[in-house]
Amino acid sequence: MVHESHAASEGSYLTNPKGWKSWLFTVDHKRIGIMYLLFIVISFALGGFFALALRLQLLSPVKFLFTAKQYNQLFTLHGAIMVFLFIVPSIPASLGNFMLPLMLGAKDVAFPKLNLASFYIYVFGAIFCVFSMISGAADTGWTFYTPYSTTTDTSVISMTLGAFILGFSSILTGVNFIATIHKMRAKGMNWFRMPLFAWSLYATAIIQVLATPVLAITLLLLILERTMGVGIFDSKLGGDPVLFQHFFWFYSHPAVYIMILPAMGVMSELVTTFCRKNVFGYTTMAYSSIAIAIISFLVWGHHLFVSGQSDNAAAIFSILTFLVGIPSAIKVFNWLATMYGGSINLKTPFLYFLSFIVLFCVGGFTGIMLGALSLDVYFHGTYFVVAHFHYVMMGGTVMAFIGGLHYWWPKMFGKMYSEFWGRVACFFIFAGFNMVFFTQFILGAKGMPRRYFNYLDQFQSLHAFSTVGTWVLGLGFLIMAFYLIDSLINGPPAPANPWGGMTLEWQTQSPPIMHNFESAPVVDHDPYDYKRMDG
Amino acid sequence: MAKEVVIESLMKSGSFWFPEGATSITNRVDGLFYFILAGSIILFVGICATLVYFLYKYRRTEANPVATSNITHSTILELVWTIIPLILCLFIFWWGYKDYLSMSTPPGNALEIRVIGKKWLWQFEYPKEGVKTLGELVVPVNRPIRLVMGSEDVIHSFFLPNFRIKRDVLPNRYTRLWFEAERTGNFQIFCSEYCGDAHSAMLATLRVVTEAEYKEWLKGGSGASDEPLPELGKRLYTKNACNTCHSIDGSPSVGPTWKGMYGHNVSLVDGTSVLVDDAYIKESIEKPNAKVVKGFQPIMPAYAGVMREREILALIEYMKSL
Repeated sequence: MVHESHAASEGSYLTNPKGWKSWLFTVDHKRIGIMYLLFIVISFALGGFFALALRLQLLSPVKFLFTAKQYNQLFTLHGAIMVFLFIVPSIPASLGNFMLPLMLGAKDVAFPKLNLASFYIYVFGAIFCVFSMISGAADTGWTFYTPYSTTTDTSVISMTLGAFILGFSSILTGVNFIATIHKMRAKGMNWFRMPLFAWSLYATAIIQVLATPVLAITLLLLILERTMGVGIFDSKLGGDPVLFQHFFWFYSHPAVYIMILPAMGVMSELVTTFCRKNVFGYTTMAYSSIAIAIISFLVWGHHLFVSGQSDNAAAIFSILTFLVGIPSAIKVFNWLATMYGGSINLKTPFLYFLSFIVLFCVGGFTGIMLGALSLDVYFHGTYFVVAHFHYVMMGGTVMAFIGGLHYWWPKMFGKMYSEFWGRVACFFIFAGFNMVFFTQFILGAKGMPRRYFNYLDQFQSLHAFSTVGTWVLGLGFLIMAFYLIDSLINGPPAPANPWGGMTLEWQTQSPPIMHNFESAPVVDHDPYDYKRMDG
Repeated sequence: MAKEVVIESLMKSGSFWFPEGATSITNRVDGLFYFILAGSIILFVGICATLVYFLYKYRRTEANPVATSNITHSTILELVWTIIPLILCLFIFWWGYKDYLSMSTPPGNALEIRVIGKKWLWQFEYPKEGVKTLGELVVPVNRPIRLVMGSEDVIHSFFLPNFRIKRDVLPNRYTRLWFEAERTGNFQIFCSEYCGDAHSAMLATLRVVTEAEYKEWLKGGSGASDEPLPELGKRLYTKNACNTCHSIDGSPSVGPTWKGMYGHNVSLVDGTSVLVDDAYIKESIEKPNAKVVKGFQPIMPAYAGVMREREILALIEYMKSL
């Protein structure tokens, strides 16, 4: 399906058309994906920088580098940037934007202009977050719990307004993806011939569209309460601070699945390509994504097990929490089964696939512990929770994001990167990550509460070890930055299909032409039908 | 009472994972943890072993360039790894729920103590006995204790690691927590809901004593000691949570530093100035918002009624020594 001669004359989307204006006003999903990628990577670097800084303070049990207030601002900025600016948009807005139309055999998303609008709304929201940073950064934690957030004198409003605006970007991307998947699939590609990454983006989009408005309303109410003293959450005015937690987690728990579902989609693509084999249990994989999306709406109360909600409510939320874990477990088993009888090509993206499996399992098992009511009462608000969600979010989503980035890098930029340095960086990231966060499981189990500026002397050696881990982790990312930038300048040109992938994005040149395909692809087989190709 | 209270270490006592329990419910909670941990380790080792085995057996070589199996699914296998985790999860749910219920249902004969959380200290009141304390909760061993808790400002959370219990302390309603200590000792109390600048200094001590010691303590109250005043003051500085806002090394914090404050004039928010003498200190402890030092917020809680005369004198002596 590659039409070399014609493609060469049209040139890649990167250089045709030329000029900075052609980027800023582009409606090409690929260019929008690249611009998102740039901002997302910058946000990750910024959030990571704050993490390094706050871990540095935690080398000492007493005041060392920062004041208590600065420390509180640091962990708030770290959390808010990582959640709202990095991890929520990470995979869908960058890799998803770029790959979804290609994988469906389409020219673009359903609403290209809306797509550009989402991007600029994202930038606009990011400006508010940055403004909050330089104008007396919020010190509420990324969760903005009332009544603390309505009484602190830091710039809570600009940060929440930033998150409010970013929410619209997320909703519009979700709407766009749903329409694209319904309407833009190539001829012959029925729902069950769709790549699993597209399925996961569909499930994600459902949550984005349905849950994000609740966050928007909640943050708006918070802003109204701060500015006008409306008594929604303030008990002095007849409000209820716990109501805020219900509202907040009604979005923010499904949001966890906005973060992990696309990552699971990437995992399915990685395992099938690098094992050169169809995904085991394709239908189960597709349906389990949808199941996760639906059940994820009904588990928010597990963040409130110690807030004084009724025992019956706690029981229901606990049982539903276990239920949402089952489809995730099924996915892990299906990925493993896909490897059976495959032809495994152990390249850098697949190393991140393996890292995901190992770290996500740890995150999942500790999630089971936290879902159990009696144990949650103990672990709630300790480092155990911090370690757990980093294993899921960083060990899961970030690993899949990096894996996907390496997998699609040749397609996106038309350049290959250094396989050797890719492996070295992966080793440092995997080792550093476990040093940082496994230590925090022990800290939490020993009773160390989170968000503590000072801590008891007895915890110092564990804290110090965790901090040293952040340096190893940081080194891994530094190496990655170097070899990826180097690949853009000096990397050898990438072939159209360097890994032998089956899905449609590999059927066009690297990097793709502006309209993706020379002629509209026609699909007459399952997405991962290697049997057909390999005989 | 005069002796320094040494709090049991969370790291040094107990197992690799948990601090030493002080009540029988901890065995059940820890037991559930170990049950899940054991199951997780078995599964995790199984998954990792399968990964490594597959990576080796099915690695891409010249002899194995393409997949040898084309299996698309197996209904039996998929049912097995759906149903077995489901059953395990339901069992874990039941275990957790059962213990959660007994943790949240106090027996009728429990001794009731009121807990007030505020930025950034814990205050305890024994309503029947008419005793108030700061930063120190004293209870008799082997008797169920029921805490009725409320906050004066933002949300706090009362956390007793050795008892594996925790409950949020809210400004608009009363939450309850109960426990029965089965051994004497001094245990750590944390605030585990983020509440601002001195959140990590919002600590307190739970002293579990024998019934006789408890009666003695109630009679004597918290101020009865013959400890020398400066030493008592030094102890109260931490115990009463003065240290969360006032430094003794000259660095400004939430409140003015105590170093070199005594005997000097300070400027107040209303533009006047005042000499820091015994009278000013006593007034500032009991009615902190009467004369607030310039540059600071009027946020200090009033200690009127919770500190005895001798304790105030002790703090004055301690400040003189700085």
